[in-house]
Amino acid sequence: MSEKRGKECLRGKGVTKIFGVGDKKTVAVDHVDFDFREGEIISIVGESGSGKTTLSKMLLGLISVTEGEVYFQGQPRDIKGGRKKKEYWKNIQAIFQDPFSSYNMFNKIDSVLLDCINMRGGKHLPYKEKFDMMSEACSFVNLEFKELTNKYPFELSGGQMQRLMIARIFLLKPKILLADEPTSMIDACSRSTILDMLLKLRDEINMTVIFITHDIGLAYYISDEVYIMEHGKFVEYGTAEDCIIHPQAAYTKRLISDVPKIYEEWDLSTV
Amino acid sequence: MKNTLRNIFHSPRFVVGFVIFMAILLTTIIYPLVVTANPLAMIGQGNFFKPGTYVSVKDTVTSKTYTLNIEAVSNIADQLTDANKEDMRTWLVKYGGVSQEDMDAADDDELVELWLENYDSSVTQSGLTSSAKKAYVRLNDTILSLMDDSDVIIASENEDGELEESDSISTKEYVNVSDVTNKKTFLLGTDNFGRDVLTEMVNATATSLRIGLIAGLVATLIGLSLGLLSGYVGGTFDNIIVFITNLFTVIPSFVLLILITYSVNQSARGATLIAVVIGLTSWTWTCRSVRSQVISLRNRDHVNLSKLSGHSMFRIVVTDILPYVASYVVMALILQISSGILSEAQLSMLGLGPSTSTTATLGLMMNWATAYSAHLNGSWWAYFPVVLTITLISFSLNLMNTGLDQVFNPQLRD
Repeated sequence: MSEKRGKECLRGKGVTKIFGVGDKKTVAVDHVDFDFREGEIISIVGESGSGKTTLSKMLLGLISVTEGEVYFQGQPRDIKGGRKKKEYWKNIQAIFQDPFSSYNMFNKIDSVLLDCINMRGGKHLPYKEKFDMMSEACSFVNLEFKELTNKYPFELSGGQMQRLMIARIFLLKPKILLADEPTSMIDACSRSTILDMLLKLRDEINMTVIFITHDIGLAYYISDEVYIMEHGKFVEYGTAEDCIIHPQAAYTKRLISDVPKIYEEWDLSTV
Repeated sequence: MKNTLRNIFHSPRFVVGFVIFMAILLTTIIYPLVVTANPLAMIGQGNFFKPGTYVSVKDTVTSKTYTLNIEAVSNIADQLTDANKEDMRTWLVKYGGVSQEDMDAADDDELVELWLENYDSSVTQSGLTSSAKKAYVRLNDTILSLMDDSDVIIASENEDGELEESDSISTKEYVNVSDVTNKKTFLLGTDNFGRDVLTEMVNATATSLRIGLIAGLVATLIGLSLGLLSGYVGGTFDNIIVFITNLFTVIPSFVLLILITYSVNQSARGATLIAVVIGLTSWTWTCRSVRSQVISLRNRDHVNLSKLSGHSMFRIVVTDILPYVASYVVMALILQISSGILSEAQLSMLGLGPSTSTTATLGLMMNWATAYSAHLNGSWWAYFPVVLTITLISFSLNLMNTGLDQVFNPQLRD
C-alpha cells in the first residue's frame, strides 16, 4: 500500500447484492469492502460473472444495494429520490463497454453533448458558447465537432463513439469516473489512444477513475490500486505492483498466467 | 427515417396492402362528395330490388317516341311461374302428344311455343277434373293475353268522370333512355329497407373504418402506456399491472364485449361507444408485448446513460424507450384496427352493434341481410359486397402488417 494517499472519495463496507429470493437466490456481490481515494486509478479485475458490472452499477446508484453501506466523501451515500440521485450523478459518471449500445440511436450527437452542458447548469447559455464548449470537448478527444454535428451515433466508428463518451466526461467533469471495460470492444490501436485520454483527463481534473476490466495486463499498465474479484468477493487488493508482480491469491496467479505473452509460450493447460 | 420509409415501400406485400387499403379509404372519402344523397334514405318501397337502372314509367309514356320496325322479343316465359311451367309440361306430355324427350330438351321459350302449337281445350283429357280443365283454359288465356301485341290504350278522366282514350302506345314505339328524365341506377340494388346498397355500403365502410381506428387507438394507447410503465417501473406496480392484464387475457374478450355492450342501452349505443368498448377489451396483447420489450430495453446502456445524464423518468420512457418499440407499436395498431373492424361486425351480427336507424356499419348491413333472409332468396347484392369489403380491409391491413414485419425484422426477409 502506498503511504501517501488522497482524500477519501468512495468507500464501501460489506456491500452486497443479491438477486432473486429463495432457491433462485444469486449472490452477485458478497460483502465487499473498498476504499477509493481521490485522483487514483483503481482497477477492478475479474473474469466474466465475477460481479464486476453489478458492483459498478451499485456504485453508480443504478441498482440498489442489498446490504452494506457506501460512503461518498466520508458521508453515507443518500440517493433516495430523483433529485438526490441527480445530484449524485453530477459527481459520478460512467463509460460503458459497448459504444454501439451506449447511444440512443434516435438522438443526434449534439443532444448527447448538450445534455452534459445542461446538467452542469449551462442550460441558459447562448448557443455560441455551448458550441464552443462542445468543440473544445471534441478537440480534447481529437474529434472535430463541426464534422459531427447533426450526425447520428451510428454514423461514427466504435472508436469515435468511445472518444465521444470521453468528451462527454470532459464536459461533465465528475469526481468519479466508472469505466466499465471501455476498451474491450475496440481495436488495440484505438485502445491505447483512449487509455491515454483517460489518463490525461484524470490529470486535468483530478478525477478518480474506477476501471473495470478482465485484462490484468491493462490493469497493471494504468492503475494505482488493483482489486481482484472472484465470485463476488475481493480476493486480493493493493497497489498494482503488489498485486500483479507479487500475487498472493491463487486466483490472481491464475489470471496472470492466462494472459498470453508475446515472447513466451502460452500454457493452455491452466485455462 | 427516410431510409426506413423507403424500405417499407420496397416491400411488395406492404405496397399491395397499402394500395388496396388506400383505394377503399379514398372511395369512402371521394364517393360522398360525388353522391351527396343521404346514404340511409329509404328509397325503395319494398325490399331487395335487383341491381340495375330503374326508369320512371310515367316519363317513358310521356317521352318523345320513336318507331322502330323490329320484332319485339317475347318475355312470356319470364312472366310465368315455375308451377305454371310444370303444369304446362305435364299437360303437353299427357294430352298434347309431345314426347318426354322433346319436353326435357325444351327450354322455357320452346315450352311456350310447344304450348301454343299443341294446346287445345277440346282434346279429351281423361283423368282431369273439370276444375283442372278450366284452370288450363285460364292459363291458356293468360298466355294468349301476354302474347297480345295490340296497342296499350291510355285513358284519362273527362269532365263527366268518364274514361276517355287519350293516347295509345303501339308495340313498335320506343323511347330513348336518355330522354327519360327520372331514372335511378342501383349498381348493387337495394337492401331490406329499400336503401341503395352501394351508397349505404360506402357510408358503412367509412363508419367501420372509424370504429376500427378508434378501437385500435384506444387499445394501443392503453396497452402502450400500461406496458411502458409496468415494464419500466417494475416492482409492485408491475405486478399489479401484470395481474390486471392476465385477468383481461384469461376472460375471453368477446364475452366481455358482449356483456358490456348488452348492458348499454340500445339507444345510447353509437358507433363511437362501440369502438371505445372494443378498444377497452382488446389492449392486453399490446400491453404484454410492449412490457416485455421494455424490460429488455430498460437495462440497455443507453438508458443507463440517459439516467446518468439526469433525465426524468418520463423523458427516458419517451425518448429512450418509446422510439425503440415504435415500429412494433405501429404494427400492433394496424392489427388492432383490423380486429376492431371484425369485432364490430361480430357484435353487429349478434344484434349488439350500434343502433340501426342512425348509422350503417358493415356488420349491421350483414345483420339485416341475414335477418331478412337475403342469403335464402338470392339477394346476393345485399351481403356479398359487404363481405368482400370486410375481407379486403382485413386482408390489406394484415398484408401491410406482414410487410412491415419483414422490414423491421430482417430475419423474416426472404
